[in-house]
Amino acid sequence: MTQSAATHIEGHQQHPLGIYIGVWILLFVLSAFSYAVDYYHLQGMLRWTLILLFMFLKAGFIIAVFMHMAWERLALIYAILLPPLCLLVFIALMSIEGDYTYLTRLIVFGPAEEVVSPHH
Amino acid sequence: MTEQTITANESDLADKAGLTGLVEDWSEDKQAFHVPWGKAMMWIFLLSDTFIFSCFLIGYMNVRITTTVPWPSPSEVFALSLGGEPIPLILIAIMTFVLITSSGTMALAVNYGYRRDKRKTVLLMLATAFLGATFVGMQAFEWTKLIVEEGVRPWGNPMGAAQFGSTFFMITGFHGMHVSAGVIYLIVVATRVGTGYYDRHRGGNYEMVEIAGLYWHFVDLVWVFIFAFFYLW
Repeated sequence: MTQSAATHIEGHQQHPLGIYIGVWILLFVLSAFSYAVDYYHLQGMLRWTLILLFMFLKAGFIIAVFMHMAWERLALIYAILLPPLCLLVFIALMSIEGDYTYLTRLIVFGPAEEVVSPHH
Repeated sequence: MTEQTITANESDLADKAGLTGLVEDWSEDKQAFHVPWGKAMMWIFLLSDTFIFSCFLIGYMNVRITTTVPWPSPSEVFALSLGGEPIPLILIAIMTFVLITSSGTMALAVNYGYRRDKRKTVLLMLATAFLGATFVGMQAFEWTKLIVEEGVRPWGNPMGAAQFGSTFFMITGFHGMHVSAGVIYLIVVATRVGTGYYDRHRGGNYEMVEIAGLYWHFVDLVWVFIFAFFYLW
């Protein structure tokens, strides 16, 4: 068996230590940035954009390097990473539904305190 | 069976890269994923877990959009006074750093596992388990403070929308359960590496360390999303 075939069959994942430590530091820095967004009370679109940006960067580095996805074959990458895209449809549907429910509640009940908390 | 089949089909396994490789991996009469089956199964489990956590977070999004009562500010609810001034979200920030640190030690453990460095693998895995247990401990402290001092319940709280409590306990509780299970899982695998179980039964193959690592990194990954959507949003 050739070395390259063996590598693929066993899914052998050995990489230099430096890359892990680099990503580790990067995750620390990105987390500190996320925390700073809250600490300095950034608001509105800037806040949400930064939160999402740091979140996706962190998630991307964890999946790609720590979970070795960057070195896997496309067959596995697509099988794992494509299905969650369905969630985007789910998110869109639930957010539309949420807006509709909110407006209905405002119209029917008014912005009262007791409306959504029947267990008080 | 597998060893001979693999050798016989070696020409088929001259893996092509890119899209051609994708099509061939799926279309030919051979295994689609060129990784140990345990690793493929762990990935598929994590995929299903992704959907579970996503459903929780989407449910949280939906109730937060629909409520007409103001949402309590997580920044203030989770503030902690460390000698005077309340610092916003400080406990959550520390928990985040603890979990990231544990992910780092786990990544190194996997690496040393491939190098067959038993001692370092075991020590790093136990360090990961310890950090995970620390995380759960801090979460227990957070829950206690929230329940006892702030009066947050799954059905209501003094600060605003009742859904705050229900989604908080469900999402962080389910995540904490994953961390706790992960700690036990890591200790089991570390013990087996340490006692030479994999040397005796699996020909010295430490792939179980990487599979445990996948689970652990996933737990960290979920926290990234919870941190962003629940605590920071």
